[in-house]
Amino acid sequence: MRTIRLIARLDVKAPNLIKGIHLEGLRVIGDPNMFARRYYDQGADELLYMDVVASLYDRNSLLDIVERTTQEVFVPMTVGGGVRSVEDAGKLLASGADKVSLNTAAIKRPVLISEIARRFGSQAVVLSIEAKRQTSGRWEAFTDNGRERTGLDAVEWAKRGAELGAGELLITSVDQEGTRKGFDIPLMKAVTDVVSIPVIASGGMGQISHAVDVVNNGHADAIAIADMLHYDRATINSIRRGLLDAGISVRLDTRAA
Amino acid sequence: MAPQPKVTVVQYGMGNVLSVCRALEHCGAQVELTTDPAAVAAAERLVLPGVGAFGDCMAALAGRRLIDPIREFVATGRPFLGICVGMQILMDASEEFGDHAGLGFIPGRVRQIETHSSTGAARKIPHIGWTSIEPASRKHAWARSPLSAVDPGTPFYFVHSFTAAPSDSTDLLACADYAGAEVVAAVQRDNITGMQFHPEKSGPAGLAVMGAFLS
Repeated sequence: MRTIRLIARLDVKAPNLIKGIHLEGLRVIGDPNMFARRYYDQGADELLYMDVVASLYDRNSLLDIVERTTQEVFVPMTVGGGVRSVEDAGKLLASGADKVSLNTAAIKRPVLISEIARRFGSQAVVLSIEAKRQTSGRWEAFTDNGRERTGLDAVEWAKRGAELGAGELLITSVDQEGTRKGFDIPLMKAVTDVVSIPVIASGGMGQISHAVDVVNNGHADAIAIADMLHYDRATINSIRRGLLDAGISVRLDTRAA
Repeated sequence: MAPQPKVTVVQYGMGNVLSVCRALEHCGAQVELTTDPAAVAAAERLVLPGVGAFGDCMAALAGRRLIDPIREFVATGRPFLGICVGMQILMDASEEFGDHAGLGFIPGRVRQIETHSSTGAARKIPHIGWTSIEPASRKHAWARSPLSAVDPGTPFYFVHSFTAAPSDSTDLLACADYAGAEVVAAVQRDNITGMQFHPEKSGPAGLAVMGAFLS
């Protein structure tokens, strides 16, 4: 049985942790390092930092946050937003990130996925896809926090990304994100059906049953949680217990609070 | 108060050295990160991280003239910890991208994790994620190793496509079941400990194991 990972997602507009709805209407939540530490203490399996304004080079704010987090958080960290080259990826990895996530730059130049995978290994490359439901019943990949169309079919792009060497996929439903109405299960299932790499489901978790649903019916390997954690409507541990009660395998570390 | 433990981490361009150093510091160690062969040979405790391909790691060590100092250090009997590929290169050789010689501290080879289960189902490679580790056949070894800080069955964070295969089972310290494939989680011989998982990324359990290595 696969062990489902619980990932705390921190969207950052430096220097703040922020949260929006449909990836927009961003509200300031607080200090990202403080929240990162809190989720680590709660037993998060991983952390995911996403810089919503891709400010990798604006006073290196994201790098600063990552470096500080490395001093007190000892679980894997994925960092994305503004990664445009192998050098960008190298900088983040040297600052303590374990994986980088790519979106816009990979859409503009898909071979970037292969370049980073060749240099640092597939396990270090997460392809992030913002998917928006279309009237056709399919999903289109978007960039810039769900604002810019790409013309790419999200599921086809996911498959292509895996072939190019991505080690993991982060699938964010723009429609569900921030709504607390549950994950886009058909989207997750459509993606997990066509790739063999792990898929992280993101966007829409409002209650623990949503997580159970996306694991059992969307076949997600990992769940990214933001809203529920930021607004203290659940802890990593209460979510973990809910999944366990539903018969889903999660990491159990007796040392976590 | 006990003196602050000192530990030297080998910097040779392969691996997430920053995270390893931060975790050791968190455990109370005074950490020296070095590329200097003399500092490696003279270390009180030595940690060898490693990420990437086996052959690249060996070439990087050779290129920095670090192989002989590591041998010298190991011969002193002082505590040595290899992490991830830093554990794999303790073996004689690896089949990753051709045939590459290792340091040969622990007899055996490094081979790919089987890509298919006994029933023919495809197994996801690399093995990435949290997997619980169990003592290998020689159960008393656990209690005398840094793993004594945690209970058998504790999950650790793994990222690897290849696994060590010690030819002498007494060198086996811990194993993990990855989707039906047995992977070697830790090896130990005399003063040498190797961990396939990343203790520096394994949360409180990983820190407990690193703390035990320092004590």
